[in-house]
Amino acid sequence: MATITVDGKDIEIGDNERLNVIQAADRAGVSIPFYCWHPGLSVVASCRMCLVETGTKNKETGEISMMPKLVPACQTPAKDGTVVVTDSPKVKANQNFVQEGILLDHPVDCPICDQAGECWLQDYYFDYGHKERRADIHPFTSKRRDLGTHVSLFADRCVMCSRCVRFTREVSGEGELMVIDRGSHAEIDVFPGFPLENKLSGNVNDICPVGALCSTDFLYQQRVWFLEAQDSICTRCSTGCATQMHVNQDHLYRIQPRYNPNANDWWMCDIGRYENQFVNAPERLDGPRLKNSTGFEAMEWSEAMREAHGRVADVALQHGGRHLAFVLSPFLTCEEAYLAARYATGILPDVTLVVGKVPVVGQDEKFKGGFTIRAEKCPNRRGVEEIARGLGKNVLDWNGLLAAIGAGEIRGAWVTGGYPEAWIDDAEAATFERLESLVVQDILPSPLARRAQVVLPGVTAFEKDGCYVNQGGVIQTTSWGLRPRGGAHVDGQIFADLLKRTGLYQSAEVLRELAGAVPFFARCAEGVPPAGLNLVTGQEKRPFSTELGTVSHPTPTFRSEASRMLEVESPTL
Amino acid sequence: MADFEPVLLSNIHKQDSHTLPVYQAGGGYQAIRKVLSGMSPNDVIELVKASSLRGRGGAGFPCGLKWSFLPKDHPGPIYMCVNADESEPATFNNRILMEQDPHQVLEGIMIGCFATRAQTAYIYVRFEYPTAYRRLQGAIDECRAAGLLGKNIQGSGFNLDIFLHRGAAAYICGEETGLIESLEGKRAWPRIKPPFPAIEGAFRKPTVVNNIETLSNVPHIVNRGVEWFKSMGIPSTNPKDPGSYGPKLYCVSGHVNTPCCVELPLGVTARELIDRHGGGVWKGRKAKAVIPGGLSMGIMTEKELDIPLDFAGPGKVGCLGLGTAAVTVMDETVPIIDYLYNASRFFAHESCGQCTPCREGTSWASRTIARIKAGQGRLKDLEILQSISQSIGIMPGTTICGLADGAAWPLKNALSKFRGELEDYIRTTNPGGYGQEEPALALVELTH
Repeated sequence: MATITVDGKDIEIGDNERLNVIQAADRAGVSIPFYCWHPGLSVVASCRMCLVETGTKNKETGEISMMPKLVPACQTPAKDGTVVVTDSPKVKANQNFVQEGILLDHPVDCPICDQAGECWLQDYYFDYGHKERRADIHPFTSKRRDLGTHVSLFADRCVMCSRCVRFTREVSGEGELMVIDRGSHAEIDVFPGFPLENKLSGNVNDICPVGALCSTDFLYQQRVWFLEAQDSICTRCSTGCATQMHVNQDHLYRIQPRYNPNANDWWMCDIGRYENQFVNAPERLDGPRLKNSTGFEAMEWSEAMREAHGRVADVALQHGGRHLAFVLSPFLTCEEAYLAARYATGILPDVTLVVGKVPVVGQDEKFKGGFTIRAEKCPNRRGVEEIARGLGKNVLDWNGLLAAIGAGEIRGAWVTGGYPEAWIDDAEAATFERLESLVVQDILPSPLARRAQVVLPGVTAFEKDGCYVNQGGVIQTTSWGLRPRGGAHVDGQIFADLLKRTGLYQSAEVLRELAGAVPFFARCAEGVPPAGLNLVTGQEKRPFSTELGTVSHPTPTFRSEASRMLEVESPTL
Repeated sequence: MADFEPVLLSNIHKQDSHTLPVYQAGGGYQAIRKVLSGMSPNDVIELVKASSLRGRGGAGFPCGLKWSFLPKDHPGPIYMCVNADESEPATFNNRILMEQDPHQVLEGIMIGCFATRAQTAYIYVRFEYPTAYRRLQGAIDECRAAGLLGKNIQGSGFNLDIFLHRGAAAYICGEETGLIESLEGKRAWPRIKPPFPAIEGAFRKPTVVNNIETLSNVPHIVNRGVEWFKSMGIPSTNPKDPGSYGPKLYCVSGHVNTPCCVELPLGVTARELIDRHGGGVWKGRKAKAVIPGGLSMGIMTEKELDIPLDFAGPGKVGCLGLGTAAVTVMDETVPIIDYLYNASRFFAHESCGQCTPCREGTSWASRTIARIKAGQGRLKDLEILQSISQSIGIMPGTTICGLADGAAWPLKNALSKFRGELEDYIRTTNPGGYGQEEPALALVELTH
């Protein structure tokens, strides 16, 4: 173990951990301020906020020799014997001067700035700033300008950390952003005619430590201190980015990525971030419906479930279990899929379990920094497949189901949906007209729902607890941040009710049960760690967590408990 | 002192001094032949090390030592970058060398490349030097035609190509890593060190960056030997100081009768330069202050003119160093605030904007000084300037490159050496005391 001394306190770090002094100090509970450093980007050491005094400690004599100059903590590796001093007058004087310099031309328009409340400059000013302003320069506020569809620039608020520029060069790889002009006139900009339009563009808003880059989508929508954060998982592709949803009064205001070295690192794509209008779509299914001769009629949940159960059970008992198809959507959580499968095989053990339609759009898109947007546009194909295979005697995929209906082998079906976009066309839905009974459980109206006898409204990923298994076999938990809309019920609750389980549906309990029932999930019998767990290999990178908020989540998010995760990777524990 | 016989400038008065035949007739390209015909790269490095040749670009880093930092047995390529981005105000010695004697420069580059095993050299020429660019290009073409450049030079197996690269007129490109970034086609933001260019420089390969004048000395060292070279200049008195040996081009400009570039052994005094070579201060006036070696080095007062201008000299009177040895004279009528105004404006304009202390500090200083000059100064502005000058630079460690030191030194020197004058200026121009009231507190109470 390597020993590092931070402000007189010795801490030990692993020999093969490559930490810089900021990270090492963080472990010692000492916060070193920084702007330009980001664990996911290259080091430029240009903001000069993290300057500290360093030295080395002689192992034998214990003698400490300090370096005369200040050095950037972000660029200095923490090695055995490194001594770091972060609170000397010299260090403080520099932090002071950097703050003062940045604020020379900063408009200090916090009252109208979206970043206020999660602004690093604001926070640091209280901790490291001058008490009074010595400069008599009167800054002004320039107008907002668009760098791209999702990104607004307020040039005067910029601290020139160049994180956004490096992001577009190193992670998204498109390189749209650049620094123009020189010295104190330098600004972030795009080349005329080449706006910031890549699929990861929203990330630059997150990594901007101040209010220079703001999300156009979120602009002036909400003060961040009213928002409540809830850890969530993006369901828009099988990468399964760890996210946070920011909610106030049951309204989803924005989604930000959450650091997870097992899935998405620090990033997420604009599709997952911005295309969530389906949550509040007015056409969301809002109550159970039963088809009658003239159309659909609304009915009570208990009655609807009895009706639904009756219809599928009839098919199974009349024609045999395998003639009833139970479609497990890849948008169901593992727990829901498990309960659904339990319910289906409880009717008759040989009921056909079908892995729902897996939407595939184009090819996987891999970006320069390694981030990948998957072609498979659903969060849990992997988990649902394993559950169907683990519990079902007859298992089909979606095309198999269509073929089987065409061949007359399937007489009745219960189809779960949850797709955020139109997922089935009229022609495909017409296949289901041959069925004697059809129950559809979905969130949005679809050609299939129109053909159902019973329609049950489920909920979106933002409204439920549970786990998803991404394409790499990493299981992660999501939790609800919005209450189920209107008359909709959480899918897990529907199946729990159908299984005649009493009480509220608790996903953690179901997961434990699932771990015992399906060997693939055996590794998560004790629950899922915050950064997920690879069910295939058992390997995981476990973020090192500390008490501090700053380094822990280097995207500027207001300080929520949930965001306290560190970029430091320790080897599998 | 008897008249010094020029070494570096020995050719420049000849007709067509920039052509190959003239250069060769004067004994040119003997040194590279000598090197190629019997010396090993290591021999050359040892020779240059023994001569204590120090970089003429400003920092005075020992040249042989720099060459020896390159990794041995590197599979290559190794690059040599020649810093001809001579942008320090009032400096024009490299320009004379490039325009009047480009072959001497090329010969130096060839020997340097041989010693460092570099097979490609880039000369980063300042945009404002079109004549130098054309003459260098002409000289390179001549050499290629004569078999002095290219593959297997003179049958020795040594390959070398020299390329010219024109800068786009930025001061920061004279910083070695800024130069490398610019050469690579990027924004000239100096790199963080380590890694130093000798390990990872241009195109991520080991790179040595030398000044034109430094390299021009090398052929003479090879030809005439270490003893000859060390017979000029001022020996070191301190074992840590490599001494100041060899000839140096001093530029004398400003308020003198005959501005000139003159070659003298290191260690001449500014007074001698002004009186003997510059023809004295103009209009019969006295000198008030002298910039010893480019704007970034600070200033010396009239009383300090007898300090020898070697690598250690200006430092003894509080200046940053010898710099480029461009002596700029200000006569007694120059208000020191004007000097500060020019200096601070220059550095604020040229700061690359990467490091916060330099970007904001230079700009703040320049705006404050402009206000003082305009007659709205406050005495406490001097305190602010003092604190800015102490907060920026590579010496306290707050910036990546030395530009901020260059910006800080004029401030430091003016504030320590001419404080009385500055205070008087503020008192007389701003008797009413504009802005003497306290500025509003940014935050009235800081509570934690």
